[in-house]
Amino acid sequence: MDIFVQQLINGLVLGSIYALVALGYTMVYGILELINFAHGEVTMVGAMSALAVIGALLGAYPQAPALLVLPAGVLAAIMVCMALGYVIERVAYRPLRRAPRLAPLITAIGVSIVLQNAAMLIWGRSYISFPAILPHGSHPILGAVITDLQIVIVTLSVLIMLGLTLLVERTRLGRAMRATAQSREVAELMGVNVNTVISATFIIGSALAAIAGVMVSAYYGLGHYYMGFMLGLKAFSAAVLGGIGNLAGAMLGGLLLGVIEALGAGYIGDLTGGFLGSNYQDVFAFMVLILVLVFRPSGLLGERVAQRA
Amino acid sequence: MRSVPDWLRRHPGLAFGLLAVLLAVLPFIVSIGLGRGWVRVLDFALLYAILALGLNIVVGYAGLLDLGYIAFYALGAYLFAWLSSPQFGLHLPFWLVLPSGALLAGGFGVLLGAPTLRLRGDYLAIVTLGFGEIVRIFMNNLDAPVNITNGPQGINLIDPISIGGFSLGARHTILGVHVFPPTFYYYLFLFFTLFTILVAMRLQDSRIGRAWAAIREDEVAAAAMGIDTRNIKLLAFAMGASFGGLAGGLFAAFQGFISPESFNLMESVMILCMIVLGGMGNIPGVILGAVLLTVLPEALRYLGAWQRAALGHVVVDPNDLRMLLFGLAMVAMMLYRPAGLLPSRQRRREFRAEDGAAEQEAASLYDAKA
Repeated sequence: MDIFVQQLINGLVLGSIYALVALGYTMVYGILELINFAHGEVTMVGAMSALAVIGALLGAYPQAPALLVLPAGVLAAIMVCMALGYVIERVAYRPLRRAPRLAPLITAIGVSIVLQNAAMLIWGRSYISFPAILPHGSHPILGAVITDLQIVIVTLSVLIMLGLTLLVERTRLGRAMRATAQSREVAELMGVNVNTVISATFIIGSALAAIAGVMVSAYYGLGHYYMGFMLGLKAFSAAVLGGIGNLAGAMLGGLLLGVIEALGAGYIGDLTGGFLGSNYQDVFAFMVLILVLVFRPSGLLGERVAQRA
Repeated sequence: MRSVPDWLRRHPGLAFGLLAVLLAVLPFIVSIGLGRGWVRVLDFALLYAILALGLNIVVGYAGLLDLGYIAFYALGAYLFAWLSSPQFGLHLPFWLVLPSGALLAGGFGVLLGAPTLRLRGDYLAIVTLGFGEIVRIFMNNLDAPVNITNGPQGINLIDPISIGGFSLGARHTILGVHVFPPTFYYYLFLFFTLFTILVAMRLQDSRIGRAWAAIREDEVAAAAMGIDTRNIKLLAFAMGASFGGLAGGLFAAFQGFISPESFNLMESVMILCMIVLGGMGNIPGVILGAVLLTVLPEALRYLGAWQRAALGHVVVDPNDLRMLLFGLAMVAMMLYRPAGLLPSRQRRREFRAEDGAAEQEAASLYDAKA
């Protein structure tokens, strides 16, 4: 088996999930200049509620076809997360729009503690495994193997990203979002209902997070109340890598980060003569993050901004 | 402040004396009133006070948002463990190990500070967060092929601190009273906390402290005024980090055991929260924050007993519930008192200023533009 191609495939699959989560970060940052620290937790809630719904459905109808159960679970996750995203913004961020920047950052951290522990109370501390209803075929490709699930994840992610791009570029709401991102005050003067736009941004981002959450739990076959934390951090790194506030950047950053991680984990043992192993996989995201911020703080696709506007 | 009675204000010496006596007998009052376990909580409150005061130098004084502060604590703790435990068979005395831990952490502070100097606001926060995670991941994995940190199991049997043959880690009988290690460590930690407070106070009013404030308010203007912003910022990182390293060494000696799990991101966040909740930049506020956030989660452990008393049985495991309540308290605090419980005079002014002015101030305080 060709390790390079295999890791490339694994990286792209993981990367497309990162990209979906990163989009949520970048949209919120673009409009509010706020790091929505709780976004990773929203992903987790998405995964867990999908698992709960799928589990309940399979419990009631053991013979139910996967093509019915799976979308039901995803839909439920999207609903829950959309509501959650809306509530988080209303309760924790909106009252603090005029406060110093540290204040919303702290509430965001508070919200993620709350979500994590609420999830632990609801779903328990143990890992929940994904029911075996997923497609499990695999295909040889260029000396490596790609599974049906991987194909589904990548295809779905690409479609969603296309949809989001169309939404932002072509619709009224998208134009309002872009205007608000450029200048909240001027957008307001032009008749944009800024509060609605911000709510919509959170809702859309949370829906993407829900889908990404289901994908992650399906990919690893697991769900856990703590799963959102690392995923959130990495997705944020991806958003910064691409240039935060930039949609195409988040997509590119997510894919790149996934590939860097997979290739890095695959080759670090050889590169360091066996001193460091693939258990350093998580280091790469942060290394990349630090290097990008030091050498090109605006990210790959971001614009350079003067120190003082 | 109105909360201080007039007669105390008129006799600062008396107030000081009362405070000193209270602090001196506190562990005994606590262990009689609440139980011996609470002396440990008290020790941790002091340890966190040192950490919070150290981080306050970086965040509160110089305005550099650091989310990886716990890495310095980890470095101090691991250095202590390496130099005085069976891990490498070294048993150096604490008066050598503690300062080296502070020094090592300070050096890493400069190392982290140097490449990130150009970053501001939340970008800096994220880079420092990444740094903290990297340190933790290395501590977690450096057990093979050469066993340096003993991996996730952590390092055990770390020597307790002993001063002139008097081990703080053992039970002693003094004047017929059994005195336990947490009480001895209480006095040691109290000493270091007071030392930290002293340094922090002197720094705040010094030339350096004023330079930090200038950088925090407006870095460009500060540079224009002739402040060497690079070195002054590095100094803030180094000073803050060395207190982290010192606290780490104390922690290792006190616990006798350390593992990477004690140094996760949540700890960094917690220390930052202590500062923000207490009142950033204000020494009494920061200490209050540290004490509150250490004691509150412990106090919430009684939730189980309360549930039993009120409902007859435990509905929700208190261990699961207390962090939830803690997160809610954090959010509520920011919504209703964003400047903290005891804000510094300057920050209180900022929050009271007219909306426009406040917004402008806020924008300059944590400017994300790199």
